[in-house]
Amino acid sequence: MLKYLFAKNEDIPAGSAAVYFGFSSIVWFVIGTGLGSFNAAKLAFPDFVTGSEFFAFGHMRQVHVHAVIFGWISMAFGMAMMYITPALGNTRLWSEKLGLWNAFLWNVGLSLGLFLLWMGLTSGREYSDFIWPIDLYIAAFIALPLAINVWMTIVTRRTQGIYTTNWFFAAGTFMVIIVFLTGNLPEWFHLTGLTEAYLTWWFAHNVLGLWITPVAAAIAYYTIPKVTGNPLYSHRIGHLHFWSVVVFYSTPAAHHLMSAPLPEWLKSFASVEGVLILVPAIAFVSNLLLTMQGKWNMFVENLEVRFTITGVLLAIPLNMQGGFQQTRAINWYIHGTGWIVAHAHLALLGFSTFLEGAAVYLGLQSLMKRKLYSLALGNMHFWMLLIGFSIYWISMTIAGLIQGAGKIYEVPYIDVVIAEHPYMIARWIGGTLVFISNVVWLYNMWMTARAGTVVPAGRMPHELAYER
Amino acid sequence: MSLGVNFREYKIGAKMFGVALGGSMCITLFLPSFDFRSAVSTDMALDKQLSAGWETGWNIYDPLMLGQNKPLKVLVKVDPKTGQPLAQPVYAYVYKKGTPWPNGVDHPDNLGGPVEKLSKTKGRIGEAKSGAPTVYLISHEGNVPYIEDATATMGWTPDMVMSKAQDSDISHDGEGKTLFVREGCWWCHTLLPEETQDWQVFGAPPMLGDFNGESPTAFGSDRKAPDLLHVGSRNSSREWMMLHFFNPRLVQPHSIMPRFDYMWGDKDANGKPIDYAKWRQEYNEYHEGKRDYPPEVPVPAKDSEARALIDWVLSLK
Repeated sequence: MLKYLFAKNEDIPAGSAAVYFGFSSIVWFVIGTGLGSFNAAKLAFPDFVTGSEFFAFGHMRQVHVHAVIFGWISMAFGMAMMYITPALGNTRLWSEKLGLWNAFLWNVGLSLGLFLLWMGLTSGREYSDFIWPIDLYIAAFIALPLAINVWMTIVTRRTQGIYTTNWFFAAGTFMVIIVFLTGNLPEWFHLTGLTEAYLTWWFAHNVLGLWITPVAAAIAYYTIPKVTGNPLYSHRIGHLHFWSVVVFYSTPAAHHLMSAPLPEWLKSFASVEGVLILVPAIAFVSNLLLTMQGKWNMFVENLEVRFTITGVLLAIPLNMQGGFQQTRAINWYIHGTGWIVAHAHLALLGFSTFLEGAAVYLGLQSLMKRKLYSLALGNMHFWMLLIGFSIYWISMTIAGLIQGAGKIYEVPYIDVVIAEHPYMIARWIGGTLVFISNVVWLYNMWMTARAGTVVPAGRMPHELAYER
Repeated sequence: MSLGVNFREYKIGAKMFGVALGGSMCITLFLPSFDFRSAVSTDMALDKQLSAGWETGWNIYDPLMLGQNKPLKVLVKVDPKTGQPLAQPVYAYVYKKGTPWPNGVDHPDNLGGPVEKLSKTKGRIGEAKSGAPTVYLISHEGNVPYIEDATATMGWTPDMVMSKAQDSDISHDGEGKTLFVREGCWWCHTLLPEETQDWQVFGAPPMLGDFNGESPTAFGSDRKAPDLLHVGSRNSSREWMMLHFFNPRLVQPHSIMPRFDYMWGDKDANGKPIDYAKWRQEYNEYHEGKRDYPPEVPVPAKDSEARALIDWVLSLK
């Protein structure tokens, strides 16, 4: 890939940028979940690797979070955008060269940012932990080039209309820039106090609501119709999904600070808007499941469909939790507990990872014109990922309910820590399974590039039989 | 140039998108800004911003987050200028030359309402030049606190205050808060007792105005450990903190907190090198039941990171 960085745009094979993004995202997923497993071990066994600040939990935790969000999830989005946007416009990517440079600078900047976080150099603001020079880098060399490539590919498309997926891609890349620049205002202009606290959570909420959730959903709008051959059940429901994301999902930021001294009107407003995220959620899930009509056998037989539909099904508990856990009636009990940690992993490791996993599987096979090396390893990846995630989610949900009870009944804190211990071990086991499954995936994808069966021109990879 | 978006539908859609997103930005950013602007600093906010200084996250004055260029909080018992004992000891916030000033001094409008007015008139915070060595106090008129520039009002200088202070009177709060951020303590310890049920155990939830000028606020979101906003009121033992930071299992066998022994540095308070390997070996023997007592925890040196972190934690009243 690197040899094409200085090649002429015309000489770069179509799909190069997407392949570079795709493999980068898998490598970051392995790194990110490896760190997650390591961190979980430290919560279960605090004296596991001790005596050095660089292996202390407080130095490693944010590296895990940012490796998976910026490395895995966002680079998988980049991968999806680099091949789905032109495919839906019946055209080539506007600039493969820009795409390659985008992926290259992304890896460089993220490595530097994570290294600095690991050293402890942080803004001290959750989810916007990167120091502001890194924030500037991300805005200029990561977010903006990606957005320009997506927008220009849509502008230069050779189809008349714009398909649902591309509305979300175009809007998501725009909104994430706005969110990123606004959410980091406290760092650019040294805003302090409650403004800083509120904008921290304004960013954290909106980066999920206006970037990760809609872009992940947009991928499913492509993969299911593409692989099953069924047209999308309803474009009108797609419209409802899109517009309700923009209107409702951009407003509930304050529900992350229900117990902070924010204005009460803001908390109440955020809470009501938070329930309304059920509108886009139900629109999305129903639209995708109805698109599957007559093709449910593929949920069992086809790996990409299985990944996608699993992600869609996980959106149901995700949004049921998300819609209601932020209301005052429930938030007072579970705020700040492991329940929220479980919910965050349901969103990122459950719902969104399964959708992106499908996009990366499908995209790499299509672009490299190689059938997946081994179905057995693909199935192993799927089941270890799902079982590992489930162990994590269930154990952290139970731990969160214990913490919540301890909180309201004023149980001495150390008794809560003791009660949580078995669930911390379960969390570590679940996280480790996820890590191992991703190592298997990386091997499988690498072998696909090296030794996968060639897909003949004009065929889709899923039309070929597996050989292993 | 045809941009391919010249359908009527897409033009309407783009405008609708602008209205929708702009509307939600207006409600979630513009309208709350009036509430935030109207917050008036409390005593707690003034103490936090004066003791921690301009910024305790990453900044260009402290690029490696070592706690450089941070103020000191000093208990003053005698008038540093005249040497006369004070009727009541006061806390002075000492900003040596080059230490960036607290937000409230650089931007008095962040102090809010009467606090801003009193700080400018009675506190005379506008008189010194930025970056000049200055000593600040928190003074009161009635119930209203304000920042007083003691260098302007009484002629106290950092050198005078420091020459009269004993080491036990000095609290390295700015450095300590920086280390709290750098070491990621806030990933487990929140600084935000909740409004509904935390009163009895973790103390009063903070109020509007308790954070003016503080950055970062580091509320934390995932409480895997006790809230620390008022920890100094629950536990004021420096010795307990020392043991707990060195190895939390010494005082709380079930704790899952990491050891922060590396913050002791190379030498203890007596200048003796700390032999970590020996300590860990002896601790393991104690843990396995081969020793009756754990090894002694070295007292942290005056300029160690452990000292600063303990200072700051004890200051959280």
